[in-house]
Amino acid sequence: MEEEILVEFNHFGFKYNAQAEPTLYDISLKIRKGEKILIAGPSGCGKSTIGSCLNGLIPFSFKGETTGSLKIKGKETGDMSIFELSKIVGTVLQDSDAQFVGMTAAEDIAFALENDCIETPELHERTERVAKTVGVSERLTHAPGELSGGQKQRVSIGGIMVDNVELYLFDEPLANLDPATGKQAIELIDEIKNETGAAVVIIEHRLEDVLWRDVDRIILMQEGRIIADLDPDTLLSTDLLRQAGVREPLYVTALKYAGVGIRPEIMPHSINSLALAPEETEKVREWFEHTPEAEQKKAEWPILSVRGLEFEYPNGVKAADNINTDIGKGTLIAIAGRNGAGKSTFAKLICGFETPQSGTITLFGKAGKSDLAKLSIKERADHIGYVMQNPNQMISQTMIFDEVAMGLRSRKASEDEIQVKVEKALKICGLYPFRNWPVSALSFGQKKRVTIASILVLDPEVLILDEPTAGQDFRHYTEIMEFLKQLNADGLTIIMITHDMHLMLEYATRSIVYCDGKIVGDDTGANILTDPELVEKASLKETSLFRLALMCGIETPRAFVQRFIDFDRAVRS
Amino acid sequence: MINVFNYIDKDSPVHALTGASKCACMILWSVAAMMTFCTPYLILLTAFALLAFKLSKIKLKEVRVLLLFTLVFLFLNNVLIYLFSPEHGVELYSSRHEILHIAGRYNLTLEQGLYHLNVILKYTSTVPVIILFVATTNPSEFAASLNKLGVSYKVSYSVALALRYIPDTISEYHDISLAQQARGIEMSKKESLGKRLRAMSAILIPLIMSGMERIDTVANAMELRGFGKNRKRTWYMSRPFRAGDIAVIVLGIIMVAVSLAYTAYNGSRYWNPF
Repeated sequence: MEEEILVEFNHFGFKYNAQAEPTLYDISLKIRKGEKILIAGPSGCGKSTIGSCLNGLIPFSFKGETTGSLKIKGKETGDMSIFELSKIVGTVLQDSDAQFVGMTAAEDIAFALENDCIETPELHERTERVAKTVGVSERLTHAPGELSGGQKQRVSIGGIMVDNVELYLFDEPLANLDPATGKQAIELIDEIKNETGAAVVIIEHRLEDVLWRDVDRIILMQEGRIIADLDPDTLLSTDLLRQAGVREPLYVTALKYAGVGIRPEIMPHSINSLALAPEETEKVREWFEHTPEAEQKKAEWPILSVRGLEFEYPNGVKAADNINTDIGKGTLIAIAGRNGAGKSTFAKLICGFETPQSGTITLFGKAGKSDLAKLSIKERADHIGYVMQNPNQMISQTMIFDEVAMGLRSRKASEDEIQVKVEKALKICGLYPFRNWPVSALSFGQKKRVTIASILVLDPEVLILDEPTAGQDFRHYTEIMEFLKQLNADGLTIIMITHDMHLMLEYATRSIVYCDGKIVGDDTGANILTDPELVEKASLKETSLFRLALMCGIETPRAFVQRFIDFDRAVRS
Repeated sequence: MINVFNYIDKDSPVHALTGASKCACMILWSVAAMMTFCTPYLILLTAFALLAFKLSKIKLKEVRVLLLFTLVFLFLNNVLIYLFSPEHGVELYSSRHEILHIAGRYNLTLEQGLYHLNVILKYTSTVPVIILFVATTNPSEFAASLNKLGVSYKVSYSVALALRYIPDTISEYHDISLAQQARGIEMSKKESLGKRLRAMSAILIPLIMSGMERIDTVANAMELRGFGKNRKRTWYMSRPFRAGDIAVIVLGIIMVAVSLAYTAYNGSRYWNPF
């Protein structure tokens, strides 16, 4: 059996040179051939560092001190080169765009073979064979700009498959994908494992999405240590996930609320395998009937009114096709749909970054009714703020105070006024204690708050955020969303462009779903994510709560989903 | 998509040549044209250039922007030459056939006219070839070609990478610029230069920061797939040299040889009918 072990961590530890404390402590872990393993944990728990140790970036690119031993195929990795390792461990990085180094899909897949000096005819033959397996044969000559996120990821997988690696390492494979594409990615990973017999390691904090296909073991990490190395059924029967700050599958949380004991025998690893006894489904029904319905916010007067909006890009893509909608004052709206469906374009049209070919957008703001077409980008920004996805794309000043003050300074406000307004915005965003700090000392989530503060300081009535929760673990997700909810409660209208189904369900008062430049759905998150036809059409993902409700014989599954969401949010906050 | 290289995919004998041979021929062709002021020879080169353009099936309107750019440059170049040295032709050819007196030191002479004709011909004989190279060379194949010409593969690949990421960077620049304008950054000419420079930094700093993040990822992604392991590498897009490739390089060498031979025989680079 000994030769079957592919990876063996033995009391392994690692400290980055740039950090005072080790990132990994006393890691002991074995990965065998053909195993599929999920490494889960909150941000900063060390799960990505384990990935870097496996593929050789540690110690070859990221320098630091190691203790203990890490053997791959019986050899200490310290004695191997990164190139030798790359023949055994293939890595698909999180950012599928940046790792796409070829001019076209074909060249990207062939990249490793080129570096191995494989002759051109064989290169073509092997590339085409792999392209077929990952399903991009039709797109070999396409440039990355012409591929969707899912296709780019498939190309990346192809790029390591050509090397016949023995271990596939996926670093947050779901981070940049829409829900339906994420589901397909998990299916593809499973197919690859079955076809090649290779081991698979997935690093992800979105547990429920990865468990869409079976995994053999889950390694749960917290603060640099492995706190559990268990099969999914056993792990879900413990309270460890909650302690570590990893979100358990929603149906598991719902069962716990209903008082159903989670045990390995009921196979909780997937909603499909879940086997509940009749008295347990009865418990769920009882919980549903005894949970009061939360009060729904009344529809308000519109703050934005969109009529007959049409927009077509120069390349002929129609990104807004007769859009008619009203955005209620004080609502928190999620805009969903796959990439390229028109949701970002909608935001750009509102902000004035693009000019519609026809149609009107009317703002009913503090200055009364105004036609947005008559306002410049800067004038619109006095009413409508826009926060980009990556805070590093917005921050240009060294000091936090200056960054937040920038918008006011360019509007020639007096320094006294700036002082007052900036401090107020910093207080709202919980950044007041850091006001004299350099921006570079902040974490990603704090930088995000700085960018929000730098917009809030202009006192907008509508705030548009692009993917506010992308790449955030459960704790940070909750923090950011509770913060936005607070702003919303204080009267700010918030529009969020998002792939995050949890956000749609839990925080948005209303969700607008785009598909091919049209609005195809406009309802509460609970109603949208329980509508199979719409879910399919817009590349969303049905919530597992819906299946649970059906399984328990609840006649109004939508109401069940809504009540669970309201109850859960109350418990968490 | 923003196409940096302006590659226009067509099926033509010019497209069928490898990027390396086109690059070599373009350089030789330009050297030949730059070296000589022999008007008949430049006319011949222009004729060849136009013939090659015809063969490539590239339509004029497809390279409109480049052409326009060239014309503006050509015009400015001629105007400046005339403004600063209206008697340059007279000095060169050591003769003077005045046709018209304009004003002050500005005359219209046959000699100056011939000199300007030569300048124009230099453009017309080389610019079509350069445009052809840009429009008929697949950027992917170009890196492979460079490597074949003896440029190290790491340098060749960095050219390919630059071409790969320029469109991304342009669209990111665009996004950042809009978001910053919304915060009140004024980029219009109404503002003073100092303010505009400061405004520019509000866009460039975030662009550079996110660029640095990306460079890290790209470098790691390449290393993880064995880039830099061997002293050589092969190329997916590389094409074997064919007879045509050798022919255009030989053609380029002949052109340079003719230029040299003419200068040697004539004793000067200038064809002097006067």
